[in-house]
Amino acid sequence: MELGLDVDDSRRPYTVLAVKGEVDVYTAPRLREKLVELVSQGKHQIVVDLEGVDFLDSTGLGVLVGGLKRLRSHDGDLTLVCTHQRILKVFEITGLTKVFSIFGSVDQAVAQ
Amino acid sequence: MQRALVLELDVPSSPEYIAIVRLVVASVASARRALADERVDDLKLAVSEACTNAIEANRAVRPDSPAPVHIEIWEAPDRLEVSIEDSGPGFDPDKLEFPPPITDPERLNFERGLGIPLIRTLVDNAAFVRKENGTSVRMTVFGGPLDGDDTGAIYMDVSSLSGLPPLSGQG
Repeated sequence: MELGLDVDDSRRPYTVLAVKGEVDVYTAPRLREKLVELVSQGKHQIVVDLEGVDFLDSTGLGVLVGGLKRLRSHDGDLTLVCTHQRILKVFEITGLTKVFSIFGSVDQAVAQ
Repeated sequence: MQRALVLELDVPSSPEYIAIVRLVVASVASARRALADERVDDLKLAVSEACTNAIEANRAVRPDSPAPVHIEIWEAPDRLEVSIEDSGPGFDPDKLEFPPPITDPERLNFERGLGIPLIRTLVDNAAFVRKENGTSVRMTVFGGPLDGDDTGAIYMDVSSLSGLPPLSGQG
């Protein structure tokens, strides 16, 4: 099971990280590593595009929370793009819709 | 019809196998029970959370050769039950530390601890049963049979696959 992680730097100051596949305890470490890598490169406004994600569990949520914390410590932010109800539901149940800014498209996310 | 075993599955305590468990449980739930797709998705997520915890528990006890995770799927006229069993040290679900409220800035320091609350929310009933050598998480979703057919129990043991590379190209 592969996790797609595509970085788009063309929307400066935002960096868009498009995630594709299933995010669970097997694949989440790769997402964490990519976020750490982007932050270490000085990219502190990250939009994580979850439109290509078929499944996300609490391990994936934890990585996103960790990324948000890391970015806020650099005065940055991590926002999300997600319209799929089955993924949004996970954020709603855990109350994380109040922690993350969640947009309906990448265009909306970079137009903040 | 009494409560009947549909399927047993033993998987290695390794993260790459959780996707297989999700697939198997979702397939059985979709094929045999009158459940909306959303309910099957809920069950898949709950199963993923329980398997993640079971693998962690098994690896905590025997890091070098952890016991497999044992999965059972049972059904009764009005429900499907999935049991995920580990051989770990056990825990008291009522004494777990839950993340602070969303409004608390400290919330961002909690990257974990969401699995058990998710399980409890996603399924109609969740029981955490302490056993002599481990914990069994028993999750129930209510929904009648799809066609009333009973094809008998299936047993799958993929423990012997633990030395192989992660599965790919399925179907």
